[in-house]
Amino acid sequence: MSAGTPWTIASVRAALQTKKISARELAAEFFGRIDKRNSELNAYLTLSPERANAQADRIDAAVARGETLPPLAGVPMAIKDVISTRGVRTTCASKMLEDYVPPYDATAVDRLERAGAVFLGKTNCDEFAMGGSNENSAYGPVRNPVALDRVPGGSSGGSAAAVAAGLAVAALGTDTGGSIRQPGSFCGIPGLMPTYGRVSRYGLVAFASSLDKIGPFATNVSDAAAVLSVIAGHDENDSTSAAVPVPDYIGETEKSVQGLRIGVPEDYFGAGLDPEIKDKIQSGIALLEKLGCRRVPLQMPHTDYAIAAYYIIATAEASSNLARYDGVRYGLRVPGATLTEMYRQTRERGFGPEVKRRIMLGTYALSAGYYDAYYLRAQSVRALIARDFADAFKKVDAIVTPTSPIPPFRLGEKALDPLQMYLADIYTVTGSLAGVPGISVPCGTTKEGLPVGLQVFAPHFKESCVLQVARALEKAGGSAI
Amino acid sequence: MKISREDVVRVAELAHLGLTPEEIDSYRAQLDGILTYIDKLNELDLTNVEPMAQVLYTPASPSATDSHPELRDDTLRPCDVGDAVLSRAPDAVKPFFRVPRVIDR
Repeated sequence: MSAGTPWTIASVRAALQTKKISARELAAEFFGRIDKRNSELNAYLTLSPERANAQADRIDAAVARGETLPPLAGVPMAIKDVISTRGVRTTCASKMLEDYVPPYDATAVDRLERAGAVFLGKTNCDEFAMGGSNENSAYGPVRNPVALDRVPGGSSGGSAAAVAAGLAVAALGTDTGGSIRQPGSFCGIPGLMPTYGRVSRYGLVAFASSLDKIGPFATNVSDAAAVLSVIAGHDENDSTSAAVPVPDYIGETEKSVQGLRIGVPEDYFGAGLDPEIKDKIQSGIALLEKLGCRRVPLQMPHTDYAIAAYYIIATAEASSNLARYDGVRYGLRVPGATLTEMYRQTRERGFGPEVKRRIMLGTYALSAGYYDAYYLRAQSVRALIARDFADAFKKVDAIVTPTSPIPPFRLGEKALDPLQMYLADIYTVTGSLAGVPGISVPCGTTKEGLPVGLQVFAPHFKESCVLQVARALEKAGGSAI
Repeated sequence: MKISREDVVRVAELAHLGLTPEEIDSYRAQLDGILTYIDKLNELDLTNVEPMAQVLYTPASPSATDSHPELRDDTLRPCDVGDAVLSRAPDAVKPFFRVPRVIDR
């Protein structure tokens, strides 16, 4: 493989089948790259060479026997460190779980392994997936491989950076309010958030259970579709996973977009949107029109309320989910004379500032006397936002927007003002609240060379449609617009 | 002011979070700013809007009456993970997790 051409799922398969490289050699090549780049990028927190070698050896044995290879045979992958991996440390980028080694695999991880993937290691992220810059990791920030003084986005910043830097062919991330799409946008690669319930969350360390989703990053849209095909589908260990049939995403992705109606909500192009990003997204939409899409202007009147609703719902759920870190069953324990003292000291020492802030906000919103004013109100606004999407999808097949209102910012630039950081989630949290699938796909770069991402939403379980639009843009040269 | 220092102390107690005096002050100021922003939600008239309790099975959707195929039968299955789970505990004496004194709160 010539330098500069990234490995893809297809090229890995071809190279294995023609015996140009073994899975073991390929894994070694990737570990070599990680060795060279990771001290600078900090994308990986833990490497798993033993597991990778065992997985690679199984693939090499299958090649030697001339067997048909599974769909992700030998594909070097990274897993966000909030997803459980049997025998491989899973920290959630928190001091609370610094030495935690899960006794089981998440279902998504198990399915990837059965499909032949090779796990290089666990990627850095914001602590418990709370953040939009990867600066909230207890193990230091990740740097954006496209511009080293910039953040890679978050919370799945390590997964995005690893794929963008060629330190993995694909990766799993998680998206609660934009944590796959925004880092995808910041690092210049596709990042897909599936429909709520499309991918099992068994083994995903919970942040906000009505919003959390697992999804893929890849260097191209077809590879994202291939990973989704493997991880999607019902799982009896997760009753929130949907019993909806899994279509042939790889085939659907290649379908023509001719005649598709794409909605462009004017509410996503107002004040606060960086003018360069606005230009790029308009050019992206124009390109989609040239490919045969019909542009339909839309109004989604509750967009402006999404951040406020999201930060109540997500933090309320987080305060409840993170109550389990009490020093009793796993993770950190700081001794105390009484049980309560132990709880308090463990949580004081184990959690970082952003996690504490969100637990405080969520606990406040759920506390006696405030529940109706905050949590219930936010859930009603969530219903209105979901209705905006349902109404829109009566008129259009997909909705196209910017992924982020701002390009990747400098490390430290926004770290001191949590509200400003939250406001940057404006275009991604809407779809999260509605539970619809969304993708960010590269759509040119700013004059400074910083990646811009175009976001596509579609109705529940229409991942095929977001993939199709994203692939059409990609194929037509969207990343160089 | 949306939230007082006393509120912060009370919430931290509810959440079992130890906070330093400096943290109490900085969280008070930050939470105050965030809650002031969240007041935006009061601009909307929410009478007759049903709070969204389910992401995919909203009361308005036709599938509300469908059965939930996601739910499995409630049959017992062996779950022999005690050792694996206890081996990850900070302090365990099989078959228990050991904790400090509970009374005297």
